[in-house]
Amino acid sequence: MIDVTDLVVSYGTAIALDHVTLAVGKGEMVALLGPNGAGKSTLANTLAGLLTPASGTVSGTVRVEGRLALVPEGRQLFPDMSVADNLALGGWRSGQRDPAPVYELLPRLAELAGRRAGVLSGGEQQMVAVGRALMSRPQVLVVDELSLGLAPNITADLAAHLATLNREQGLAVLLIEQNARLAFELCSRAYVLESGQVRAEGACAELADDPRVASAYLGGAIT
Amino acid sequence: MSAFLTYLLNGLAVGCAIALIASGLVAIHRVTGVVNFAQGTFAVVAGLCTSSLLGLGVPHGVSEAAAVLLAGVAGLLTGLAAIGRPGTTPLSSLIITLGVGVLAYAVEIVLWGDQPRSAPGLAGSVTIAGARIQTQHLLVIAVTAATFVLLALFFGRTYLGKALTACASNPYAARVVGIDTRRMGLLAFALGGLLGGLAGVLITPLRPISFDTDVTLIVNAFAAAVFGALTRPVVALGGALLLGVAETMAAGYGYGSHQLEVALGLMLVVMIVQASRRSAIHEEAV
Repeated sequence: MIDVTDLVVSYGTAIALDHVTLAVGKGEMVALLGPNGAGKSTLANTLAGLLTPASGTVSGTVRVEGRLALVPEGRQLFPDMSVADNLALGGWRSGQRDPAPVYELLPRLAELAGRRAGVLSGGEQQMVAVGRALMSRPQVLVVDELSLGLAPNITADLAAHLATLNREQGLAVLLIEQNARLAFELCSRAYVLESGQVRAEGACAELADDPRVASAYLGGAIT
Repeated sequence: MSAFLTYLLNGLAVGCAIALIASGLVAIHRVTGVVNFAQGTFAVVAGLCTSSLLGLGVPHGVSEAAAVLLAGVAGLLTGLAAIGRPGTTPLSSLIITLGVGVLAYAVEIVLWGDQPRSAPGLAGSVTIAGARIQTQHLLVIAVTAATFVLLALFFGRTYLGKALTACASNPYAARVVGIDTRRMGLLAFALGGLLGGLAGVLITPLRPISFDTDVTLIVNAFAAAVFGALTRPVVALGGALLLGVAETMAAGYGYGSHQLEVALGLMLVVMIVQASRRSAIHEEAV
């Protein structure tokens, strides 16, 4: 689904991603961990095709099979528009404007349909962002910082929805997170990115036992 | 009293034409972040084109429609020059639009000469509460009102309009959902061209148009658009109506040679008061 080989992204002389190799298979749920400034969002934007020639130079291979949708960091909704309009615009790429399948999965969104997205709580906004991404009927979902600024119970609720999608519909998910505990609970494999480089990778169970990765739970550097 | 009402109604008509140009400026700025200084050019091109087509015997309606469409194409071409190249900054795009405006002078002089041209509009006048107003003035007001309603419906109800609004609201998010913001910017430029063109065909019967009329038009329209913070078309409409009425009143009461200065001076005072009120509200909030 996602196959990244030797990816280098630089902004002028600053290198954001340094020879990154990463893969997410069909129906797989993979985590990408790392502290602030590690290059996680740059990778998300590269996968989503959002890096413009003016913003960065890209080399290496990025292959995405099937339609990819991004839940961006910070939700990035259209705040003055209704939830229904935010969802409808999520279907811009696929031409699908009927939100019924998304309402079926996230029934709370049907109740919020007429509300302005900008006045919702953080958890509700994140739900809209996930719903908007699902409107494009993706085969691959990249979620950038699902838990950012959210209460643990709300994060757990959203994570459960992602797990259901992955299990029942075979949606491949790349979960970009700083909350390693959440990522390890949800995903089978993980990569650890620091200073633009993949410093560790493997099964979540193994990585959780790795003392170097354990230090990253607290935001420390992997030595 | 009837003179006052006449000036008021005429001023509203002038303001409506300014509002159409200002709404084009706002539409382009909201979607692209670019201040399009070639906006007055679209009105001039449409006005001169109508004059020529009517002179060639092309019937009313067809001439105006063709002129507005030509202005739309001019808008699209201006957009291609200003934002066509990915990564062009809004400041660079603004300078490009200034260049397009200067280039348009040369093209207009070659095609239409440097003498003002007019075109026949709706003949006759009507009397409202003792005030006499030309039918063409009423047409300008009616068309502007209808255009603003259509714009509100387009941006508020249609999928394409909402996509344009999305680009204005959060360009990054628009790109996340797959909207091509550059293409939407070009669409906004074409829409700006159509709105400018509409203003041009409506005002050409009221005041002769020449290649350099765009300066007066853009100064007025820019003042109105800034009044609406370059983002709120309805507030810009209010600013444009205020400008139009102030100019017409100044001319009507014997200050014709200074009407633009009077109107812009008034606008400046209103904006200073508006800004001081905003900062007072901000201080209270803090």
